[in-house]
Amino acid sequence: MVELKVGDRRVLGRGDFPAFFAALRDAGYDVIGPTIHDGAIVYDRLTRVEDLPIGWTDRQGPGKYRLERRGDQALFGYNVGPFTWKKFLYPPRERLWTAYRDGDAFSIEPEPVDGPPLAFLGMRACELAGVRVTDRVFQGGPVADPGYSARRSRLLRIAVECGEAGANCFCVSMGTGPGVGADVDLVLTEILEPGPHRFLLRVGSPAGAEVLARVPLTPAEPTDGQIAEAIVERTAGSMGRTMNTEGIRDLLRNNLEHPRWDNVAKRCLACTNCTMVCPTCFCSTQEEVPDLDVSKVERWRRWDSCFNLAFTELHGSSVRKSGLSRYRQWLTHKLGTWNDQFGSSGCVGCGRCITWCPVGIDLTEEVAAIRKSPGATAAAATKGGSP
Amino acid sequence: MAVSTLPDPASPADAGHPLAPIPYVVRAVATETPDIVTLTLVPRSTKRTGPFRPGQFNMLYAFGVGESAISISGGSPDGQLIHTVQSLGKVSNALTRLTPGDTVGVRGPYGRGWPVAEAKGRDLVIVAGGLGLPPLRPALYEIFRNREAYGRVEIIDGARTPKNLVFYDEVQGWRRRSDLRVQVTVDSAGRDWYGDVGVVTTRIPDARFDPERTTAFVCGPEIMMKLTAQALVARKVPAETIFLSMERNMKCAIGFCGHCQYQSSFICRDGPVLRYSAVQTLLNLKEV
Amino acid sequence: MNPEVNHKVVREIASHPFFHGMSREFVETIAVEGEERLFVADDMIASEGGEADVLYLVLEGKVALELEAADRPPITVQTVGPGELVGWSWLVPPHRWRFNVRALKRTRLVALDGGIIRRTLHARPDWGFEFMVRFMPLLAERLENTRIQLLDIYGR
Repeated sequence: MVELKVGDRRVLGRGDFPAFFAALRDAGYDVIGPTIHDGAIVYDRLTRVEDLPIGWTDRQGPGKYRLERRGDQALFGYNVGPFTWKKFLYPPRERLWTAYRDGDAFSIEPEPVDGPPLAFLGMRACELAGVRVTDRVFQGGPVADPGYSARRSRLLRIAVECGEAGANCFCVSMGTGPGVGADVDLVLTEILEPGPHRFLLRVGSPAGAEVLARVPLTPAEPTDGQIAEAIVERTAGSMGRTMNTEGIRDLLRNNLEHPRWDNVAKRCLACTNCTMVCPTCFCSTQEEVPDLDVSKVERWRRWDSCFNLAFTELHGSSVRKSGLSRYRQWLTHKLGTWNDQFGSSGCVGCGRCITWCPVGIDLTEEVAAIRKSPGATAAAATKGGSP
Repeated sequence: MAVSTLPDPASPADAGHPLAPIPYVVRAVATETPDIVTLTLVPRSTKRTGPFRPGQFNMLYAFGVGESAISISGGSPDGQLIHTVQSLGKVSNALTRLTPGDTVGVRGPYGRGWPVAEAKGRDLVIVAGGLGLPPLRPALYEIFRNREAYGRVEIIDGARTPKNLVFYDEVQGWRRRSDLRVQVTVDSAGRDWYGDVGVVTTRIPDARFDPERTTAFVCGPEIMMKLTAQALVARKVPAETIFLSMERNMKCAIGFCGHCQYQSSFICRDGPVLRYSAVQTLLNLKEV
Repeated sequence: MNPEVNHKVVREIASHPFFHGMSREFVETIAVEGEERLFVADDMIASEGGEADVLYLVLEGKVALELEAADRPPITVQTVGPGELVGWSWLVPPHRWRFNVRALKRTRLVALDGGIIRRTLHARPDWGFEFMVRFMPLLAERLENTRIQLLDIYGR
């Protein structure tokens, strides 16, 4: 068998997909991928191809999500669910270290970082971008997070390009999709027609090539490439939402007192859903968990949210008390100051925060409202407001 | 970013989990005020934190209670650390109740400190309010060590009442130096106080410096720093040469937890010392 | 030149920052009955409730403005130093001191007769206006400083 190189294209038949799946497991990977749980497509450990949401899709809108049967047997015929891959690289709860009391003193043992290498099967282009963002957060500074780095260094990223766009998708606006670029291990494009159900497979890295060594593949015809390109192009042309990102960092920085913040704060419940489903929100808190006689103490890190009142607690009082200030912090960080901190936007255009907002707040709409009347101040709004 | 010319953080300490504290022993506890103590800490073993720069802070860990960001008020090359702690919450309360021989966890040092080197050749105005003096103390000693490298040095220290003044004996010692001018002022006092009474801002008009070539270090609660910076600007000190030490909730101190964000800045990494010109607009906004 | 005028007092008034650039005639008019007074630490210069007929110009030293209540020790709320003024009760009826004035160290003051200043300001509205234009900002500044004190800016 000819050894595959980065950039090579092959066709994987639907019938051979189980062989591909088995190859991942044989290579020692824990395969994480989409599966149906509690009425949603979530990411979890998969043991067989049948765990995939075969023949299902998701219908989304602001504050809306439901699964529907497709008219076909697509393996990846949905967009994105409430989970993100972040959950596996940066777990919602993680023990950092344990301290043991020893008389007047104590000693501290950092948590060992282990576990099998992970293969993420079915990453969307926006989600690959999301991992690039969290890479910069947890590995881009002077100190890297040990847990994240360990898991990330052994990660196999298998992307699947989106065959259609969701109602809340705007990856085109954010420049993150729907086509998958070069920074990936393997890329699949699911082709349902014309011809047999198959996948165009592109090799993105040596690690990606390695797992394909014993998978039955056939050469890709030029038409396969054209069909795959057409699929991505069609998806790109049917984005449910758009966001004008031109000068957005300055737009937000110059509009911290815009009346729109008050408007959105009246709708926002500060429930934290948007931050929990966001693929890039990284905030955490730390918890001290002592055993009963306080001879042993565990230090846990847990996901936190800038929407929590206690998030900015300082000497018994919170800096950001109002809902307005908390929504403003989230949005200006995500779309604006993130650029100053990490050299990119914190938004990848996946639309999860719109879908999972219980009151359907749509950040693209909020940005558009601010852009429509930039420079407006809260005082001006009061004067011009309705009686 | 505007803060890029501030000193870089010292390189992180050696191995281990970056969030795991290093055990230190409490060698001495000095009571500053009824709710403020100064702890002298020494490493329990050969493991210690890296060298610190004036204005940086450590995360102090009280076993079974948690961690709190505390500025470094002094130390020595053999690894001794001095921290002044006010009892303001669960963790700081536990820290103020430590006694000699107890063990406390330390990790750090973190953040960008006072631009002591950048200020060489210039007049210095150093304004401390309340517990603002401890974070400035290492900067002052570095300045004293290179006193001839600076122009005039004016120190203004303010507190609510005389009994709220920290490092008071030391400040009295500084007053006897002929190469410094020290003004101490309180908001109210009894008849045993013969010093100034009035907020720190009232001492700015009297301070002796050449605004064009003045660097100011201001440390205290945000409102005090804002009013002081305004008083300095009123005396024509450029906002670019006024430095403030900001404070926010902090969990990790290494830019991972997100708690200390102040718009573009992570106070733990880009601060705590920030240029007034970079935060001037934000200081006038509520709930940033 | 008015022979009754104490020339040293006139010189001190004219060189005090508050009176910088005010007319010589005005300064000489209000300097009548003016005198320099010297105090040492803990001397009471004025007592709350006492008749207030003096405007003090601080030349050197430092004085405390104290509030006193029967059931608690006196509290100093402000100290005043060289180049500043003490006392406006001479301008505001019923002309009683609203605080104690106590010397904190050796202090040299010029005491001006409040009644004379009042009458002069009435008689010459041009001088009166100029005086008030200078006096109001001092009051505003003291009010502002008191407000900042109320903010408890060192509190956490």
